[in-house]
Amino acid sequence: MKNKWLLALAIVIVLLGFALTRVVKNPYLYFASYVILQYIVLATAWNILGGYTGYVNFGTAAFFALGAYTSIFLIKAFAAPLPLLILAGGLVSGLLGLGIGYLTLRLRGVFFAIATLALAVVLQTMVINWQYVGGAKGINIIRPRAVLFFTSYVEFLFAVMVLLAVVAVAVAWWIEHSWIGRGLAAIRDNEEAAECMGVPTLKLKVFATTVSGFLMGVAGAPFPYYLTFVEPSSAFNLDYGVNSLAMPMIGGTTTWMGPVIGAVLLGTAQQVATVTISSALNLLIVGVVLVGFVILAPEGIVGLAKRLMRRRSA
Amino acid sequence: MFSVELLLNALIAGLLLGGFYAAVSLGISVAFGLLDVVNIAHPAFIILGSYAAYVMNVSYGYDPIVTGLIFTPIFYLLGVIVYWIYYASFEKKGEDPLRGLVFFFGLLFIIEVSLLLKYGVDYRLVEAAYIGQSIRFKGIGIAMRLLVPCVVGVLMTLALSLFLSRSFYGRAIMGVSQDSLAIRLMGANPMRIKTIAFGVGIATASLAGALLIMIGPVEPSIGREYIGRVFAITVLGGMGSVAGTLLGGLVLGVVESLTSTFYGPSWSPAVSFGILLLALAVRPAGLLGR
Repeated sequence: MKNKWLLALAIVIVLLGFALTRVVKNPYLYFASYVILQYIVLATAWNILGGYTGYVNFGTAAFFALGAYTSIFLIKAFAAPLPLLILAGGLVSGLLGLGIGYLTLRLRGVFFAIATLALAVVLQTMVINWQYVGGAKGINIIRPRAVLFFTSYVEFLFAVMVLLAVVAVAVAWWIEHSWIGRGLAAIRDNEEAAECMGVPTLKLKVFATTVSGFLMGVAGAPFPYYLTFVEPSSAFNLDYGVNSLAMPMIGGTTTWMGPVIGAVLLGTAQQVATVTISSALNLLIVGVVLVGFVILAPEGIVGLAKRLMRRRSA
Repeated sequence: MFSVELLLNALIAGLLLGGFYAAVSLGISVAFGLLDVVNIAHPAFIILGSYAAYVMNVSYGYDPIVTGLIFTPIFYLLGVIVYWIYYASFEKKGEDPLRGLVFFFGLLFIIEVSLLLKYGVDYRLVEAAYIGQSIRFKGIGIAMRLLVPCVVGVLMTLALSLFLSRSFYGRAIMGVSQDSLAIRLMGANPMRIKTIAFGVGIATASLAGALLIMIGPVEPSIGREYIGRVFAITVLGGMGSVAGTLLGGLVLGVVESLTSTFYGPSWSPAVSFGILLLALAVRPAGLLGR
């Protein structure tokens, strides 16, 4: 019963997103909302590995940029259409996730986190030295004409991102409510014990890293069309790593709602700060809020709300 | 293209760079190697040291090394405060170390962006009489801006190594690293010793930062490049081994210098992180691991 309601809600959100583009015509709204929606996808993807499984990934930027650069390659080589770009970006990043999954055999905890950070830099260096996709100078991408019934391409990208965000959250919801989610939680709490109880830990970890990587690649794939100019330092920006980790931490890492709440709050705050004050300051906000939450409220907003409700009912 | 002279120059530059890399990694070697505190923010403290050297150099004409020495006690206090917060929020509660890692990640960002807001994105550098000079010997050039950081770096490594093996507090630190419970049973307070150790680790960032800005111009986000380097060196050298840190620094310095001479400088960041990935995957215990 509850499933049906959530499915209906998801469809309504997508339709509302489409309807919005018919009514409001302010392009800035779509530029800003796109970034927030993109962060919903990234934060949700990060949380599947970081929150559910307990493996911290600092290398979100690597997966995101791999999705973006897969797109650039396909646009340049075959002028491929957007749906194909999204699928391809997801697959390539998912493949990287698969590799990272097998890395967890040897690396746990802190070492895994450092390895993901290292991975991002190695990939960035390779892209910098790959002239076909622009190298260190970056590359200009020309947007296609507006498609379907959308009046501008940004509106179309916005609608696509709404759809992707809903899909990402739905995937997280499904994982959380299936036996896979319970298995991942068991790994997070005690990997050895889980293995001893017959939980297929390696299979589950590889599943989590692959799905997480796939979704990050999906989020990165439309990025070249959004910015129309991509350089390695923007696609591999460490900000993606910090944000996609800070958002679930602030929202709460144990439920699908946490990353969404975190992404909406932090994403909006950053957009407002960028416009009204400066773009450097918005990163300071992320840093301070992240440190504040990790010290004072490790369970995030969802955890705080649950504690409040329990106190009220008791 | 290939010549013995070029190779020799690259080798020497790499060894000199390696001595400096050791200085940069000492703090991680203490915090991460000995105390299991994943201070991923250490490069940010080093950049803070660089800016201290820059400000004192521009305003008062101080030599960067002098500034580095003056600021060492201040950085020690900074380290003590950071460790208190870390201890009270994470270690005491037995929270999983990943939250501590996220804490330091956030700290890295706060320091970096604060410097960015105060000094902007421009590259800053220091001036001293010896920085532009170099010694030439049969076609081999040794730049003073590399030689001085290397010598200071090796001296720092030596001093830290003597401190840990000879002094009372140094031995206490080694004791805590080996068996914290046993130290507590002996009636000592591990937290106090760890605070001192962490303070010493951050204190090295003051001089290391001064050396960094001597080698080349510095901007706030340059610390990110060093995250991979310092962890690669620490893991490569063997966690917590000070002599290993020097060895790891030299290995990385030489490999980076050779790559940058024969393949181009744009490949050199991949080297340190590639070595780190390899070291983590193949031999996490490092070259001189325990």
